[in-house]
Amino acid sequence: MTTTETTTTAVDIPTTKRADWQSDQEVRWCPGCGDYSILSAMQFALPEMGIRREDTVVVGGIGCAARFPYYMNTYGIHGIHGRAPAIATGVALANPDLSVFVVGGDGDLLSIGGNHLLHALRRNINMTILLVNNRIYGLTKGQYSPTSEQGKVTKSSPRGSEDSPLLPLSIALGADATFVARTHDMDRQHMMEVFKRAHAHPGAAFVEVLQNCNVFNNHAYESITAKANREGMIIPLRQGEPIRFGPDDSLGVVLDPRHGAVVVNTADVSEDELLVHNEARDHPSVAFALSRLSPNMDEPTPMGVFRAVDRPVYGRNPVETEPPGRQLISDLLHSGTTWEVD
Amino acid sequence: MSTAKSSSVKPSEEIENVVIRLAGDSGDGMQLTGNQFTAVSALAGNDLATLPDFPAEIRAPAGTMAGVSAFQVHISSEDISHPGDKADVLVAMNPAALRSELSKVHSDATLIINTDEFGERELEKAGYDSNPLDDDSLEGYYVIDVPMTSLTVTAVKELGAKRRDAERSKNFFALGLLCWMYSRNPDDVKDWIDERFASDDLIRRSNVTAFDVGHAFGETTEQISITHVVESADHPPGTYRNVNGNTALAWGMIAATQLSGLQSFLGSYPITPASDILHELSKHPAAAFRTFQAEDEIAAVTSAIGASFAGDLAWTTTSGPGMALKGEAMGLAVSLELPLVIVNIQRGGPSTGLPTKTEQSDLFQAMYGRHGESPMPVIAARRPADCFECAIEAAQVALRYRTPVILLSDGYLGNSSEPWRIPDVDDLPDLSVEFATESNHENPDGSMDFWPYLRDEATLARPWAIPGTPGLEHRIGGIEKQDGTGDISYDAVNHQLMTDLRAEKIARIADDLPPPEYTGDLDAEVLLVGWGSTWGTIASAVERLRKEGILVAHLHLRYINPLPKEVGEILRSHRSVIVPELNMGQLSRMLRAEFLVDAQPLNKVAGLPFTVGEIEAAVRKAVHGDDGGSK
Repeated sequence: MTTTETTTTAVDIPTTKRADWQSDQEVRWCPGCGDYSILSAMQFALPEMGIRREDTVVVGGIGCAARFPYYMNTYGIHGIHGRAPAIATGVALANPDLSVFVVGGDGDLLSIGGNHLLHALRRNINMTILLVNNRIYGLTKGQYSPTSEQGKVTKSSPRGSEDSPLLPLSIALGADATFVARTHDMDRQHMMEVFKRAHAHPGAAFVEVLQNCNVFNNHAYESITAKANREGMIIPLRQGEPIRFGPDDSLGVVLDPRHGAVVVNTADVSEDELLVHNEARDHPSVAFALSRLSPNMDEPTPMGVFRAVDRPVYGRNPVETEPPGRQLISDLLHSGTTWEVD
Repeated sequence: MSTAKSSSVKPSEEIENVVIRLAGDSGDGMQLTGNQFTAVSALAGNDLATLPDFPAEIRAPAGTMAGVSAFQVHISSEDISHPGDKADVLVAMNPAALRSELSKVHSDATLIINTDEFGERELEKAGYDSNPLDDDSLEGYYVIDVPMTSLTVTAVKELGAKRRDAERSKNFFALGLLCWMYSRNPDDVKDWIDERFASDDLIRRSNVTAFDVGHAFGETTEQISITHVVESADHPPGTYRNVNGNTALAWGMIAATQLSGLQSFLGSYPITPASDILHELSKHPAAAFRTFQAEDEIAAVTSAIGASFAGDLAWTTTSGPGMALKGEAMGLAVSLELPLVIVNIQRGGPSTGLPTKTEQSDLFQAMYGRHGESPMPVIAARRPADCFECAIEAAQVALRYRTPVILLSDGYLGNSSEPWRIPDVDDLPDLSVEFATESNHENPDGSMDFWPYLRDEATLARPWAIPGTPGLEHRIGGIEKQDGTGDISYDAVNHQLMTDLRAEKIARIADDLPPPEYTGDLDAEVLLVGWGSTWGTIASAVERLRKEGILVAHLHLRYINPLPKEVGEILRSHRSVIVPELNMGQLSRMLRAEFLVDAQPLNKVAGLPFTVGEIEAAVRKAVHGDDGGSK
């Protein structure tokens, strides 16, 4: 895009503030739900995305987070369980000029809708997908979800869940998603930055948002996201920089041929052994290794953009947007062999 | 006739019609051969109807009964609308084809048999203990022995083809022989071969040679003493083409796109026998038709719902099992009140059932196969070319009433073809729609809002405001909505009201419907009521019976939901109501429930259309109290 075009666009887009993106509907999440801060971070970030309300469509499936569309003063569809990425695919293909957001929970997007998530990602359809992960079924009142830890005791798993959990970022990278990031509901600024990056990415952008369900799975991420714990437990991913974190950057990440990415004391390794974060690596294997850190969400956990690569956006095979009209019908019906009867 | 240039020295006899059945292995090219014989017959001006009858397996074990693929064509100098009950001529490419198809031909039929394939091994594979060509099991038939494989190989090998490849041209030998027997113009076939096989000269020449050899065999063999001529049918003037139901349906979808001025979006997942519609539509990006091969049936319909929300004319095409998967999303479409056309090319069920065979057993599914009270219009096509008009009508209803619509076709209609007088495009309806552009509700303080569920008073359709329109941002969803505002509402009174409104909206479509097609002897005691692809067979039965002096009336239902307003009165005006259906009695039950009439079901679920004889027998029984004897 040339500078001139950028300037023109910026002038054309009316300035908005958070309130412009809030609908008149009463928000009906439980008091203290992490979804409030995610909604608010999105409504704070949208005025900075350079888009119009009328060109924005938010699609939800079923679940607490999937109610998102009702609270956004944009176009929106509250669809059916799991199908939000497929509905959004139709929206995005019908009108490529729209900014399309999908918001869903771990059950919505990884269990009943897992298939659609994979295909939206691998096709690289132009949309931003927020997977709000609270590791529990909230709206159905507390059953284990596809991201719940093994052994989790819930109403439907009184003897502990047998299921092995899915790691959303590993799934997304396995589907060769072109933009993969993680953020969490305790850090509005971080969410806003990640949401803006995700929206600016051409193609399918996948964001896992760690979210606390204070009613059915309270404190799920406290060991990581509570202010007091962040320094030692959040691994910030900064493009082009060696991955370090912890008090005085005493911890870092190195690649290990047998164990993928591992956390080390920086004192034990030389500077150039540290993994330098590069979200633009074409091969997803390093990002995948990072996604396997803290599989149970109780160890140092990377936060930020894991992967951002360029790949053609789906829908580039041109299709006319306006039908040529009746002559086309006539030409079509007369194509091939015809004969006259007098 | 121009076919005279085949310079046959044998005498020629004019016949009114003939039913020819070709049968061979799935790999023998019987569908191709049948379709091409059909095409040249259409060019000769005949009326015709076809019945492709093939297994689901792409290549079942060669030479077995399971692998037999058949194609039946009925050609006539009269108007016909069914593929013929039993064949007059059977071409059997091997013993399995003979054994499996013999029951589908007349007892005095002509059998053209490829004797080269009647070795011990082939006979055993087909389950024959002894060679039917040597014993008396074919007594009564007129058997023409043709060493088709060897004659083809001998001729084609001279061109340099390997034996295996040369053998593959034997279906063109059969085509050549048939074209000679029925005085078809050989040049029409050869032109087509030249075009179809242009990319491989050896195959092209092999097929032409095999065709010529087959044609010459007819001229010289002493087994055939006469050729037949089926004169042109008396079609109304116009430009004609051959078309099958699935192609006509796809073209109707493209036509509706042009007539609406909207871009179209098809979400579809491959499924027999509907995939050909996806294939055809994928060829026409210039028609503003976008196809999306989804990851499953659910994504196919939900992506179409998304596209509809964004302002496209949206479609999804499938067959029975796919309809089941789309059920929940259809409920969403009913709730969102967005235009959407759902096409079901019905096949034998339940489950995988008979994927390549026809049935009408998804009517209940179309009517009632959703959760909740979720009425939807249901339209059914009656003949291959009619699929074109039905697609346009389905789009018209969907756009006008802002509702999902189910369009029913079936495997028989989808795959069978007939000559079609190409309609004048200026006669096609205007389907243009107006998107909402302005707020529609004034608040007490004078400010304006957009209410997505504020309805048109006449049609009860809601406004269609598409993303990109400033000021009309709105949210819709599957949760019950407040009448007017569209906001979430769990209010009991409102739910009753919205349920009533959704039902009333569909019921009111009947106000716009033309009277149903009601023909024959309207004062007859017996009424035949049909829907969908049985139309042609029922109409033929009615015609034959009336020629015999038996009074019978015929009511055909194109709209099954809502039913045209005249239906109740028509049903009550006949003493005996018979409802032939390729299911276990679905429309008949609907009519009994709706009108409290004694509608008698006539059912068949054999994977095949009714024969005319089956319908006739049912009417005779109603008239005479028995099957009327063997007339």
